[in-house]
Amino acid sequence: MVQDYRVLTRTPAATVAGIVALGLIVVGYALPAFAGRGLIQDLFFILTMLVLAQFWNLLAGYGGLVSVGQQAFVGLGAYALFGAAILGGWDPVAALILSGFAALLVAIPTAFFAFRLAGAYFAIGTWVVAEVVRLSVAQWKAVGGGTGTSLPRDAVDGMFGIETVKTLFDASNAAARDILAYWLALTLAIATIGGIYALLRSKRGLALAAVRDNIEAARAVGVDAVRMKWTVFLTAAFGTGIAGGLIYLQKGRVSPDAAFAVTDWTAYVIFIVVIGGIGTIEGPIIGVLVFFALQSLFADYGTWYLMALGMIGIAVMLFAPRGLWGLFSDKTGVQLFPIRRRLSGEKIKED
Amino acid sequence: MNWIDTILQGVLLGGLYALFAAGLSLVFGIMRLVNLAHGDLIILAAYLILVIVSALGLNPFLAALVAMPVMFALGWLLQRVVLNRVLGNDILPPLLVTFGLSIVIQNALLQGFSADSQRIGAGALETASVDFGPVTLGVMPMLTFASAILVIVGLNQLFYRTAVGRAFRATSDDPVTASLMGIKPASVFAQATGIAMIVVTIAALYLGMRANFDPTIGPARLIYAFEAVIIGGLGSLWGTLAGGVIIGVAQTLGAAVNPEWQILAGHVAFLLVLLVRPRGLFPRAYD
Repeated sequence: MVQDYRVLTRTPAATVAGIVALGLIVVGYALPAFAGRGLIQDLFFILTMLVLAQFWNLLAGYGGLVSVGQQAFVGLGAYALFGAAILGGWDPVAALILSGFAALLVAIPTAFFAFRLAGAYFAIGTWVVAEVVRLSVAQWKAVGGGTGTSLPRDAVDGMFGIETVKTLFDASNAAARDILAYWLALTLAIATIGGIYALLRSKRGLALAAVRDNIEAARAVGVDAVRMKWTVFLTAAFGTGIAGGLIYLQKGRVSPDAAFAVTDWTAYVIFIVVIGGIGTIEGPIIGVLVFFALQSLFADYGTWYLMALGMIGIAVMLFAPRGLWGLFSDKTGVQLFPIRRRLSGEKIKED
Repeated sequence: MNWIDTILQGVLLGGLYALFAAGLSLVFGIMRLVNLAHGDLIILAAYLILVIVSALGLNPFLAALVAMPVMFALGWLLQRVVLNRVLGNDILPPLLVTFGLSIVIQNALLQGFSADSQRIGAGALETASVDFGPVTLGVMPMLTFASAILVIVGLNQLFYRTAVGRAFRATSDDPVTASLMGIKPASVFAQATGIAMIVVTIAALYLGMRANFDPTIGPARLIYAFEAVIIGGLGSLWGTLAGGVIIGVAQTLGAAVNPEWQILAGHVAFLLVLLVRPRGLFPRAYD
């Protein structure tokens, strides 16, 4: 038998999407030259939420690990950065890598514990672990205990790259910090989406999808399901930690209640993923845009806005469980980040 | 420091947590539903009792009796209209829907009653206590604990002595086979959630009489309730009481060492139990 076929994942829509994405990335990096500070801050919020959503989607949508404790890693990332900057005199930008490793360090024992629990127990278990981390960090007096602390002024002003940004855009200290944080967030978002897409297209991604669809069948064909769970959980913790560090690098002030808030860093993130469409890379992108639009239009309505958000979440789950992107993709067949393998070839010749 | 006193106070506090958890345990045991809105439903019931007390001038205990059928109907409807649609092997849909519900209830209460903290007045009962020689115990905590035991005895009688209970257990073990025997899981689930809401009303009564509450404190109560259910083991109501007592004692012991450690000690106790027994202490059902 002559092999005259190839295994393809690329689709025409994906080629277009790739070109558009490249254009967006170029525009994204150039944006601070002609955008106002408000827009940069909004985009920073969108990009960091997008990173958190992509990692939660990797966990729950692909790894089947429904964690309600991701705020533990956001908070740890933030506190690692503040701790390193305040106590160790680290450059906050360099300390971002510590944010990732701090989250990773706590993720390892958490995984040992949480992987013994199934389904709902896993969700509650991760939530309790996050509470324990929050209450423990609140005992850390050197970084302000329960009331929190601010990044020291000289650490912020002397941050790597800040002088360059100031001379480039003739910006104030605070504006320069926003621009720098925005660039870092853009880089992180690109690396996250690119990395997750590469992972899903690789052999490991195939194994991951198999574990998600049917764990017994996947194990029967030789997939090491436990190893896949570990990979996904630790990757998500590392990325979430860096995102947490970055979010609080931009805010400049941290407190345990804010940095470990289950609403902000897990609940909203879950809403974003579910509204957009769980189990796809496109879903969180759509979801974060919808979430941001709702927030900027209606956040002034306070409790009514949150009630509406809750009801939208319920309605999506009841009537469109695969989210907005799922609805669109089912109708049109369009996939911007295709991972499905297709056989392609004129004909398969028999010898 | 009086260790016996600390431990006894913890046991009694555990009674309150067991009351929070009993309804959750019932629902979780029968349909494996993780109800993230459970804490907020308790707060909702507390406001309902408060409204009845102030509108009709009733004694809180009588007001709770009036609130029970209302909450039962609410639970029944909630299960029929919303929750039955999301039950299945995937735990994410119920998790999300009940989370959305939690946000809706919280903010509706904020809208209706503002963020001011409230209390259900119970008169002299609030401060009454009985002297037992070395220890003095409050009447209210003892009443709470006794109610927790009564609720669990009552639910167990219902489970093991009645046709409804048989249907509950059958559906819990295997919904498909149960429906072959003429049981409709959807209506069994609706009844179970209705009954859970009656228990929620009792929990709300003691929550409201013992301490101040406001619309946002639901999730914090929820986490203790979940811990009690999981420590106790799926489907075991006495296990839930044991779980509540373990959390309660751990919290008072932690607080006795350092007031800042109260909550932390409860969580750590939960993690330690799960580390040794990942399925809880007395699991009845397997899945």
